Amino acid sequence: MSEHIASFSNVTKKYLGQIALNNVSFDLPRGKITALVGPNGSGKSTILKLTAGLVHPSQGSVTVNGKTAERRIAGEVAYLSELDVLYPFFTVAETIKFNAGLFADFDEQKAQEILSFMQLDPSKKVRHLSKGNRGRLKILLALSRRAPLVLMDEPLAGLDPVVRDSIIKSMISYLDLQEQTVFLSTHEVSEVEPVLDLVISVREGQIIGMDEVDHIREQYGLSLVEWMKETLAK
Amino acid sequence: MRQTFNNTQPIYLQIMRRLCRQVVRGELKAGAKLPSVREMALQTGVNPNTIQRVYTELERLSIAETRRGLGSYITEDTFRLKQLREELKSEQIGSFIADMRETGFSPEEIVDGVRKELSNPKA
Repeated sequence: MSEHIASFSNVTKKYLGQIALNNVSFDLPRGKITALVGPNGSGKSTILKLTAGLVHPSQGSVTVNGKTAERRIAGEVAYLSELDVLYPFFTVAETIKFNAGLFADFDEQKAQEILSFMQLDPSKKVRHLSKGNRGRLKILLALSRRAPLVLMDEPLAGLDPVVRDSIIKSMISYLDLQEQTVFLSTHEVSEVEPVLDLVISVREGQIIGMDEVDHIREQYGLSLVEWMKETLAK
Repeated sequence: MRQTFNNTQPIYLQIMRRLCRQVVRGELKAGAKLPSVREMALQTGVNPNTIQRVYTELERLSIAETRRGLGSYITEDTFRLKQLREELKSEQIGSFIADMRETGFSPEEIVDGVRKELSNPKA
């Protein structure tokens, strides 16, 4: 087993001629929680989609767990989209059942635990859930899988502080960092900082910094937000 | 209970310091069991990897020890804990003295000042 769960080598991604990522290379270490930070449109979501195998690089290569990232790695990657991807006509319980049928590594017992931790009503239809509870349900689905790589695109965006807190707590409780790696993008940097190991800052399709959070504090005496401002301002 | 951290020090160091203070204050006694990595992560609201690092560092300093399959414990070596108490004392006093000197106080003034403040009933 390589010490890196995912690797980008010289990856360029263009959408209709527009460059979203420009010659990006990095290795994602196993068993860590790594965050992608950067302004809107900097390429964070593109990096996550490439890692999930949902889009393909225009140039270069992306490997996950030693395999080329493509549709077929979906069994090894749990991907939480920033979009609303739940079926509105399902109840919470049906959504869980549906996902359990979809993914071989889905742990229904864990899903039940997270369900009660999140205080979600299993009989409620997704359509009738508040935005916060839909956010909780999405997290539940991602955390219930024993996938070696968990990708989360803006898991906290647009949610109130109570929901954000419950999501962060559930990450600490239900992730298994002996077996799993988390790669997420976020704007709520100061909130997730205590749970991060590494941070990668992205701007205009390029990676401008990658470092350990504790190292940033030790070396520069800066919080992550300050470090971000510095690296992104250069 | 989420705890707050200052921005300029690694989080693992801040948690280590808190634990060391609890030991020195006697809240954590020699031989006391520490919460599991995950429990501690939840209590402090930080990444389990960070807590693992805290425990490893405490072990390296012989303040804690890990018993296979049982978890982490504060050492039963009371000599080491006395030593820790002295270390924290001289560290705190050292930084206080450095501060006072920087501000231009002589050793006599510092000692006099400290004595005066301590004899003040409010101290």
